[in-house]
Amino acid sequence: MADDSITSLLPLQPTTFHILLSLTDEDRHGYAIILEVARRTQGELKLSAGTLYRSIQRMLESGLIIETRNRPAPEMDDERRRYYRITPLGRAVAEAEAGRLRDLLKMARLCGVAPRTT
Amino acid sequence: MRSRTEDDLMNFYRLLLHLYPYSFRAEYGDEMSSIFALELGRHSGMAARCRLWLGAFFEVCFNAAMVHWEIARRDLFHSTRSLLGSPGFTLTAILLVTIGIGANVAVFTLANFVMVKPLPFPEPERLMKVWEKHAGYSRMELSPANYRDVIASSQSFTALAAYNGNSMSLIGQGEPQRIDGASVTANLFSVLQRPALIGRSFSKADGLAGAPGTVVLSYALWQAAFGGDPSIVGKSVSLDDQPYTVIGVMPHDFHFPARETQFWTPFRFEEGDYQDRDDNMLEGIGRLKPGVSLEQARSELSLIAARLRRQYPKENENVDLSVIALRDELTTESRLLLTGLCGAALCVLVIACANLANLLLARSLARRRELSIRLSLGASRRNLLRQLLSESLLLGLAGGAGATAVAIAALPLLSRLVPNALPIQQVPPVDAQTLLFALGLTLITVIAFGVAPALQACRDAGFSGLRVGTRTGGTGNHRARSALVIAELGASVVLLVLSGLLIRALWRVQSTDPGFRTSGILSLRTELPFPKYNKTSTRDQFYSKVLTDVRRLPGVTDAAYITALPMTWGGGIWPVLVDGRSQIRTESNSASMRFVTPGLFSTLGIPIKSGRAVSETDTGDRPYVAVVSESFVRRYWPNEQPIGRHFNFAFHDHEVIGVVGDIRARGLERTSEPQVYLSSKQDPDGWVTYYAPKDLVIHSTQPTEQLLPAIREIIHKADPEQPISNVRTMEDVVAGETESRTIQMRVLVVFTGVAIVLAGLGLYGLLAFMVSMRQQEFGIRLALGAGPGDLFKMVLLQGVKLAVAGLLPGLALAYIAARLLESLLAGVRPADALTFSTAAALCLITTLLGTLLPALRAVRTDPTAIMRAE
Repeated sequence: MADDSITSLLPLQPTTFHILLSLTDEDRHGYAIILEVARRTQGELKLSAGTLYRSIQRMLESGLIIETRNRPAPEMDDERRRYYRITPLGRAVAEAEAGRLRDLLKMARLCGVAPRTT
Repeated sequence: MRSRTEDDLMNFYRLLLHLYPYSFRAEYGDEMSSIFALELGRHSGMAARCRLWLGAFFEVCFNAAMVHWEIARRDLFHSTRSLLGSPGFTLTAILLVTIGIGANVAVFTLANFVMVKPLPFPEPERLMKVWEKHAGYSRMELSPANYRDVIASSQSFTALAAYNGNSMSLIGQGEPQRIDGASVTANLFSVLQRPALIGRSFSKADGLAGAPGTVVLSYALWQAAFGGDPSIVGKSVSLDDQPYTVIGVMPHDFHFPARETQFWTPFRFEEGDYQDRDDNMLEGIGRLKPGVSLEQARSELSLIAARLRRQYPKENENVDLSVIALRDELTTESRLLLTGLCGAALCVLVIACANLANLLLARSLARRRELSIRLSLGASRRNLLRQLLSESLLLGLAGGAGATAVAIAALPLLSRLVPNALPIQQVPPVDAQTLLFALGLTLITVIAFGVAPALQACRDAGFSGLRVGTRTGGTGNHRARSALVIAELGASVVLLVLSGLLIRALWRVQSTDPGFRTSGILSLRTELPFPKYNKTSTRDQFYSKVLTDVRRLPGVTDAAYITALPMTWGGGIWPVLVDGRSQIRTESNSASMRFVTPGLFSTLGIPIKSGRAVSETDTGDRPYVAVVSESFVRRYWPNEQPIGRHFNFAFHDHEVIGVVGDIRARGLERTSEPQVYLSSKQDPDGWVTYYAPKDLVIHSTQPTEQLLPAIREIIHKADPEQPISNVRTMEDVVAGETESRTIQMRVLVVFTGVAIVLAGLGLYGLLAFMVSMRQQEFGIRLALGAGPGDLFKMVLLQGVKLAVAGLLPGLALAYIAARLLESLLAGVRPADALTFSTAAALCLITTLLGTLLPALRAVRTDPTAIMRAE
C-alpha cells in the first residue's frame, strides 16, 4: 500500500475511525454500525443517521470501505439495507491512525499529561 | 402495527429528508428512514418521541447543509480546475461579463442616483418648488412681495421657504476668498427638516429686519477654512466686510440648493423689499402638508395667483404660480441623456451576453466527448449539469467582481452628468444597492446565458457524443448561435446609429457661432463686496486701476469688466418700454441687461454694427446711454435708424448710442433675449448692486495662463482684501456648454466601439466554428469540382446573410431610439441618411472582417487530407 495514499487521509475524523473499527471484524449495515460504535464506546458516541451516511459517502469515495453484495440469509435480511466492508486501504489507514494516536499518547505520557493504564 | 403518531412522525421525517440533495437522498434516504423507524420503535411516550424527532430535525438540517456544502465545494473545485485548463476561454468569458455588467452597473447606478433615489431629506416626496409663471417663462423666481402673499394665503404647505444663491468674500481666514453660499428665509432648514450637525439653524428672530448677522456653515467650509474647530459656534466671521456670528454647521451630506453652497445667511427683509413685484429673486420651496397632493397644491396656488392678478393688475398681469416636485427639477435633457446611456449600456449587455452564450455553446460542443466519457463512467446528467452551471457561476462571479471594479472606477468619470440642480453629492456612492444590483445582474446573466448551453451540453452528451466526437454540431445549436450573432449585430447597429447622431449633434452645437471671440480670452471674477463698494465712483476707481494696469501687461490687447460673462448667467432680464408701450415683462418684450466698462466689445470681439461703444465719458452725470444688439433693433425699430432713439429700461430712460452683433448670452443651444449693455459708470449708487460688473475679461496674444500671477498682483494692489475666483478661459466657458453632451458622446462611443468589436468577434467565432464543422463537406465539394472561390463565396454569403438579418431590425430599432432622443439631437434629423448609411457600412465592414479568416480557411481545405481522415 502506497504510504502517500494513507498519510494523505490522516488524521482521521473520530467518526470515520470508529466506523472503520466497527467494520474490522465483519461487514455491517448502517444501523448495525451505529449500534456497534455505541457498544464499543459504551454509549458515549451515538452516531446519527445523517452523520453516519455523510461519513459513509465520503469513505466510499476515498476507497476506505466498499459496499458488499454478500448479504445474510433472506430471513435475516432487510432488502433496504446496504452492507459495507472495510478495504485493505481502509484497514491500513485505520492502523496508521491507531499508530498516530499511540505515538501521541506516548508523547503525552512523557509529558505526564496522560493517565497510566493499569 | 404502527400507531398514527408514528406514521405522522415518519412522514415528517421523510419530508425532512428532502433537505438533502437529490443524489444523497436517492442513495441513503430509505436506509435513513428505516433507522429512524427503528429508533422510533425504541422510544415510547409522546415526550420521548418528540425529543427524538426534534433531535432528528436539527441533525438533518445540519447534515443536509454539510452535504450541500461538500458537493458545492467539490463542484467549484472541479470547475476551477476545468476553467484554469482553458485560460483563453476563461479570460474571454470573464472579460465579457466584466464589460457587459460593468457598463450597466456604472450607468444604472448613476441613473438611479440622479433620477430615482430619494433626495437626502426626510419625506422628500413632499418637497415642492414654487415658481412664478410668466408669458414665455415657465419658471421664474418669486418676488419677495408675491412670496409673502403666497405664504399668507396658502394652506397646502406646512411651511414655504425661499432662497437664492449668493457669494461673499470671506476675509480673515488666510487668503481672502470668494465663497458661494445662499441667502435663505429663516424657515428653510425646517422645511427641509435637516437639523444642524453642531449649533442650530436659523430662528425667526434671525430673519427679522435689523437682526444681527448670523451664518450657518457647510461642513466643507467648516473643515477647510476653520479646521473643523469644535468651538466655532458663537464666533464671529467677516463676510463682505460685515460681521456674522456662526450659529451652526450643517452635516457633511447636506447640499442645498447647490453642491457648491458653503454657507447660509438669513434674509432680513425690510418693508422696502416688498415693493417691487418684478424683483424676481427668490426660489420657493415648500413642504406639502400630510395628505395634500401636488394637484391640490397646484389648484390652490392657481387660485392665489388669480387673486393676486386681480389685486395687482399692473404688476402681476400674466403672472401665474406653478408647483413642481423637487425631484422633477431635473431637466428633460438630463433625463434623456441618462436614459439614452442606460439604453446603450443595455445594448452592450445584450451583445456581451450573446457573445458569452455563444462562447459557452461552442465550449459545450467542444466538450461533448469529455462529457460523454464521464456519463459512460457513471456520472449522472444531474451532476454534469451542476458542474457546468457552477462553471458559469464562477465565471459570472469573477466577471461580476471585475464589473464592480469597473463601475467604481467609471463613476467619478461619469459624475459630470449629475446635474447641479439637484441637492445631492457629485459622485454617486457605491453602496449596498449598487453591489446588490451587480450581484443580481451577474446571477441573472449567468442563469440566463449559462443554463441553455449547459442543458444543451448534457442533452448532447451520451453514447452518440462518444461515437461522433466533436465533428458535428446540432442544427438547433447552429440556429441558436446564429440568432445570438444576429442579435449582437442588431444591437451594435443601434449603438452605431445613436453614436453617429449624437456626434453630429455635438458637432452642430460646437460649430454654433457664439457671437463673441473665445480664443485668447482669460476671465476671472472679482465680486466687489457691499456696502464697501456701494458707491459707483469707488467701484469705478477699482475698475480703472485694474484695467489700466492689466492693459499694460505684455501681450494684452484689451481688457474690460462686465456684470457676468456670456453663458454663465441667465438672469438680469428686464422689460423694455419703447414709445410708451406696456412695461409688462413677456418673452417678446424683455432684454438682458449687463453693465460694462469701455473696451468690452473689442475685448470679446463683438462687432459694432453702427454707432459707438460705451466710453469713459458715459458717466452718471450724463444722459444714460445704451448699446443694444441687432435683435433688439429688429424687434423695436425694424428698418429704422436706431441710433439716438430712446427706451425705458431698468427704471431709467436710455439713449441708443450703438448697435452690436448678437451673442448667445444664455448658451449655445438656447435662444437668448436681445442684449442691452449699459455703462458701468451709470449704475446709480447703491442701486441694483448685484449688477455691478464682476467678471474681468482680458484678450491676450500670449498664453493666458502666463498672465495670471501678474493679474493677481494688480488686483491685490487695487484692493488687498479682494478675492479672486472663477479663473477660466472663454474656451472653457463655451466648452462647458457642451460638457454633458461630450461626456455622453464619449461614453457612447466607447460602448459602440466595444459593441462592434464584440459583434465582429462573435461573427468570426461562429463562422470559424461552422467552417471547422463543415471541413468534410468542403472536401467533398472540392473533390466534386467546386473551386476555392466557390467556397470563399459560400462562407462570405453566410456572413453577409447574418449581417443583413441583424442590420435591418437594428436600423429600425435605431430609428425608434433616435426619435425618442430627438430633443438631444440639436436639429439633426433622427433619420439622418449619412449617419444611417455610415452605420450600415461600418456594420458590413465588421462583417467582412469577421468573415475573412473563416472564408480563407475554407479555401485552404485539402480534399485529399479530408478523404484520408475519413
